[in-house]
Amino acid sequence: MTTTLAATRSVTGIPTGRLGVWWVLVSEIVIFGGLLGAYIMHRIGHPDWGDQAIHTNIWAGGFNTFVLLSSSLSAVLAHQAAERGDGKSAARLLLLTAAGGATFLVVKAFEWTAEITSGFTIGSNLFWSFYYTAAGLHALHVLAGMVILLFVAATAAKNLELHRVENIGIYWHFVDIVWIFLFPLLYIAK
Amino acid sequence: MTEHVQRNYVKIWAMLCALLVVSILGPLIGIRMLTLIAAFGVAIVKAFLVAKHFMHLDIEKRWVAYVLLAMIGFIVVMFAGIAPDVMKHDGLRWENTAAKQAVGSGGGVGAGGHR
Repeated sequence: MTTTLAATRSVTGIPTGRLGVWWVLVSEIVIFGGLLGAYIMHRIGHPDWGDQAIHTNIWAGGFNTFVLLSSSLSAVLAHQAAERGDGKSAARLLLLTAAGGATFLVVKAFEWTAEITSGFTIGSNLFWSFYYTAAGLHALHVLAGMVILLFVAATAAKNLELHRVENIGIYWHFVDIVWIFLFPLLYIAK
Repeated sequence: MTEHVQRNYVKIWAMLCALLVVSILGPLIGIRMLTLIAAFGVAIVKAFLVAKHFMHLDIEKRWVAYVLLAMIGFIVVMFAGIAPDVMKHDGLRWENTAAKQAVGSGGGVGAGGHR
């Protein structure tokens, strides 16, 4: 019988799968940090962007923040269920988390449709370029997370590879944290 | 897995939701500076709560937090290096006329005159 060394070796004191997730997040910090840092310095340099920011919908953004915070709760409860060895509950909670992601994207789709039909497109000016780039990149991360959540839920339902529940949870919480900063930047700072 | 301590996750979620309400109420009060300080202060507290309790960074190997913080440090260095050029529109021997014009017109035009 062969064992997968990459899944069990832990030179760093951290299981390799989780180490890989942390490594991804380290690079994600630079990606989102660079983007948001560039946005903040431009926003401070151009107070007139406030005239554009008043068109973003604070209620849609607030509702989506609530949805992501709630999906983070279901993700961490899935981890807790996996710790108990209850793969079925973990799978159900992961599906609930993915449903939160889907809700987030549906709200975003309605929001963007309203904004684009009002004439605020990615090429309108730099504020909207940043808005669509940052929120769009984040939405892609939500979408990617949902796909992984579904895969992990499928194996967790069979009580297999339960350590993956924690790994996808860590990623999902990071996506939540990015939105926690995007919300005030794009919706509250008018 | 990192779960070795009992936590009340629902209580932490409720705290996060309460903080969300605070950040949404800010703009309704109408004091801009207070709104911004409250919104970003709340964002930092919310991010801390998620990282500590949901990502379990408090019981993860310490060096993980150090590496994550180092990345944030790199972002600060990037910000410090570029921000003066972006945020200032004139200096001793230079002037960014396009940016000045954009701010003056109030039309939401970014640096470089792109509309």
